[in-house]
Amino acid sequence: MKNTIAAAATAMSEAGIGIVRVSGDDAIEIVNKIFRTKSGKKKLVDFNSHTIHYGFIVDGKNNGTDEDEVIDEVMVSLMKAPRSYTAEDTVEINCHGGVLVVNRVLEAIIKNGARLAEPGEFTKRAFLNGRIDLSKAEAVIDIIHSKNQFALKSSVKQLRGSVSVLVKKLREELIYEIAFIESALDDPEHISLDGYSEKLMEKTEKVISELKKLLDVSDSGKMLKEGINTVIVGKPNTGKSSLLNLLAGEERAIVTDVAGTTRDVLEENIKLHGISLNVIDTAGIRSTEDVVEKIGVEKAKKYASDADLIIYVVDSSIPLDESDYEIIEMIEDKKTIILLNKTDLDAVVTEDILKKECRKRYGDKKDIVIIKTSTKENTGIDLFENEIRDMFFKGEISFNDEVVITNMRHKEAIQNAYESMLQVKKSLENNMPEDFYSIDLMSAYASLGTIIGEEVGEDLVNEIFSKFCMGK
Amino acid sequence: MGAMQIREKADVCVIGAGHAGCEAALACARMGLETVIFTVSVDSIALMPCNPNVGGSSKGHLVREVDALGGEMGKNIDKTFIQSKMLNISKGPAVHSLRAQADKAEYSRSMRKVLENQNHLTIKQTEVCELLAEDMEIKRDNENKTAKKRITGIKTFTGAVYECKAVILCTGTYLKARCLCGEAITHTGPNGLQAANYLTDSLKELGIEMRRFKTGTPARMDKRSLDFSKMEEQFGDEKVIPFSFSTNPEDVQIDQVSCWLTYTNEKTHEIIRGNLDRSPIYAGVIEGTGPRYCPSIEDKVVKFADKERHQVFIEPEGMHTNEMYVGGMSSSLPEDVQLAMYRTVPGLENCKIVRNAYAIEYDCINPRQLFPTLEFKEIKGLFSAGQFNGSSGYEEAAAQGLIAGMNAALSILGKEQITIDRSEAYIGVLIDDLVTKDNFEPYRMMTSRAEYRLLLRQDNADLRLREKGYMAGLVSEETYQATLKKKAMIDAEIKRLKNLSVGASKNVQDFLISNGSSTLKTGTNMAELMCRPELSYDILAELDVDRKPLPDDVIEQVEIEIKYEGYIVRQLHQVRQFKKMEKKRIPEELDYHDIKSLRLEARQKLISYKPVSVGQASRISGVSPADISVLLVYLEQYNNKK
Repeated sequence: MKNTIAAAATAMSEAGIGIVRVSGDDAIEIVNKIFRTKSGKKKLVDFNSHTIHYGFIVDGKNNGTDEDEVIDEVMVSLMKAPRSYTAEDTVEINCHGGVLVVNRVLEAIIKNGARLAEPGEFTKRAFLNGRIDLSKAEAVIDIIHSKNQFALKSSVKQLRGSVSVLVKKLREELIYEIAFIESALDDPEHISLDGYSEKLMEKTEKVISELKKLLDVSDSGKMLKEGINTVIVGKPNTGKSSLLNLLAGEERAIVTDVAGTTRDVLEENIKLHGISLNVIDTAGIRSTEDVVEKIGVEKAKKYASDADLIIYVVDSSIPLDESDYEIIEMIEDKKTIILLNKTDLDAVVTEDILKKECRKRYGDKKDIVIIKTSTKENTGIDLFENEIRDMFFKGEISFNDEVVITNMRHKEAIQNAYESMLQVKKSLENNMPEDFYSIDLMSAYASLGTIIGEEVGEDLVNEIFSKFCMGK
Repeated sequence: MGAMQIREKADVCVIGAGHAGCEAALACARMGLETVIFTVSVDSIALMPCNPNVGGSSKGHLVREVDALGGEMGKNIDKTFIQSKMLNISKGPAVHSLRAQADKAEYSRSMRKVLENQNHLTIKQTEVCELLAEDMEIKRDNENKTAKKRITGIKTFTGAVYECKAVILCTGTYLKARCLCGEAITHTGPNGLQAANYLTDSLKELGIEMRRFKTGTPARMDKRSLDFSKMEEQFGDEKVIPFSFSTNPEDVQIDQVSCWLTYTNEKTHEIIRGNLDRSPIYAGVIEGTGPRYCPSIEDKVVKFADKERHQVFIEPEGMHTNEMYVGGMSSSLPEDVQLAMYRTVPGLENCKIVRNAYAIEYDCINPRQLFPTLEFKEIKGLFSAGQFNGSSGYEEAAAQGLIAGMNAALSILGKEQITIDRSEAYIGVLIDDLVTKDNFEPYRMMTSRAEYRLLLRQDNADLRLREKGYMAGLVSEETYQATLKKKAMIDAEIKRLKNLSVGASKNVQDFLISNGSSTLKTGTNMAELMCRPELSYDILAELDVDRKPLPDDVIEQVEIEIKYEGYIVRQLHQVRQFKKMEKKRIPEELDYHDIKSLRLEARQKLISYKPVSVGQASRISGVSPADISVLLVYLEQYNNKK
């Protein structure tokens, strides 16, 4: 396992600035490979500790030559051990914010020898290296614990069904080949490897091309159900579904969810001015005695509590009631856009009435954004879209951080598996003995396992015994 | 007048004189401690009740490692083998493995002679029925360890008491043993020997958790009844390589005997399928868990139904017997079915069975009750090794016996016990797997279990382990110095080859062309050239004119280290990471209940396994990397508070 770690130190958002932190023995060496000063003469490794430098991060695809593509204009600060947060050599790269840029910088660092930090790992290192007061141990433990719990929960859940099926299939194929080789090594008089290399070469090339495809998928961010978690709430028949249909109209790209996920609520992925929204339409909220409907309402409340953005649709033609008040209370801590819908009908609820009800509950602590729309006549929808865009670029709403990080983590795993398979191919081409193949096949198998949250454990021994008849 | 009870005193009592017991007893005696080895039958010392060979894939590694540490198995097989083969010779050096056919009777006799002539060692034929222990609550060594009980001695069936400071349990398959041959069941140990029926209860009383395993062995046949013309002859290697680093290679170039290969067929399988209801395993009579790696022929036929035939190896049991071992066809089917099925195999049509195949069930322990030193966590001075620990195989037993013996002795001598980790030896992998992982069947060593196997080769066991044997006092000064000298020669030669420039002269290009290698574009060095698959140390002699003669074993190491350097460096890097976690010790008194953020499953596992290091903790199934992070942080705080 690589010892130098990297991660975004700021939230993955469209904020104006993003900081990528690299820590560990090779931190300076790694960033040095992809950092170019303006003159191009001085190298990062030549600078003193606690200095800051202007320059560019390049993609490093052409080994630091001028052919390299510039990713971003940056300021790089250098902190040598032990005078840094983690007490290790640390480099912080201040780049222009934005998920894309931060992502690309991080990727370039990982390609050059760092690995993505585990949740809470910087803090853990800081602690283990004596930088954090011992009395804070409990707090450090809690950070690691909670971050891991969350990461664990989200990473597998966010994976697209089709991706996880493919990863599982590739792993099954790999472990079969490893088990075959190992059975033959263990019991050479029962199982022969004659002529096996050709067969393995064929399989290796196939796996390599599958992994290449997966890498492309992860590049386009399609591995995960990514986007701003947007939940539409409101009483029944206020126009929520019409809104979703409008947003998901023909002129916009629609990415429907993969088959196999439960569809108790309607979920659509919508790109709006390049911003990805994961829109969930929920059952209308009202007090009800109907058991089935009650379940739907409970679900709606749960989705709302996990949302990054709430769209609260109000029917302006009927008076506010208890259900509305309940919703208003429920969304108190959430970024919200309220749509005063059905402006084509006579208004009973006005902007002022609605505002008054909100203020009564929130006071001044929350901005109240109200937009008048008619989903029937398609009016006001453009205003609504602009509002979302503004919020996003002002950084008021953002991607779920974890999704971006998870995607990066998966990509790193696939990249590692891919490189291991290239090594298998190289060993095959060099006519290395068979036992060398299984070393890298096993690395590929383990890397892919991290994507679907599976450890290696006794897999190999079990596969050997279940698939191959051993002697004696 | 009442009978006088015998009361003897010793340092160490070893219970059982199989492959584990012999190594354990020899190690203790050689380290200067008064040692008594108990056996139910002196005639069964170092008995090989199953296959007539020593070594094989990864097991050969174990024998080499035992030898490097100062054990006896390698030397003994070198004296008594009748055929020898280096397996996997066409594959990489890491998986080359020696396997020798033993003359079973000679092996046993020769080991007995070694035991009989060992100073400080007494052999005693009797059944040990009880372990004696006292409660204690003392601080141990300087590590603040506490144990609940301490061993004080043993009691035999005849009532004799031996007071001692350490006991090593090497009871093999004898505890409450039960042999099954179809419907015929006998309460005996292997080969009809007396079972040990009392000790289990005494162990349970001491709080030791017992379990039941099973294994099996095929029939032995009269050589005169077999038709070898219908089988393929299997020869030994032309040039035999000894197991022991101390054996002179010239002494092992003997006339070898052959083994024979034949196959089962559809008819064999039909008979087996037709009689499955009479197999104690399939009929549910056997309760013990059997090993998947040496399945009975019934298992093979059921589990691999699409295989048309299975190999059968006919192997001699010795030079002075007509008995032949039928490898690949162990069974617990009734006698009549056995005979019928064996007789369907080409060459065995008229076979006469000397000893029937049988399955054997026995008591053993879940080895997670042990430290990696093989001492019981809850009973100071009690060690165990071999099949009693849930392993299988002569070599696995010997390896554990040696480690248990060394540690019992070291502990009595007041020295630090040794632990061998996964990056140092197959022995380390074996013991770590036993004490850390969930094992549900007798554990066999396999090369795939060793993650750093490129480093753990059979050819460099001496370089890896001599020092440990020397430090413990089992390897002589002379032998140790010889190993150091060998190491120095290897390093010097590698350095010389790396620094030896080779220019693109005509002489060199001609040499490369004539050896089927591509010509040089720029200058290089001799080590780089040696990395080419088609060029070897030998071939390069022509270019390397200043080369001084070196011993073969030095050249072998130089060649491996250079040719596979890229892979070896990668593994060394992994080992450095691994060692970091192994070095983080977990104090025995640590209370996992205090660590609030551990997940429940992880906490329960950690409490039950009591790992000695964070590294070991990380290998327990159900303990996640996040749990390890939490543990690390907690430990840091814990250690600083003290």
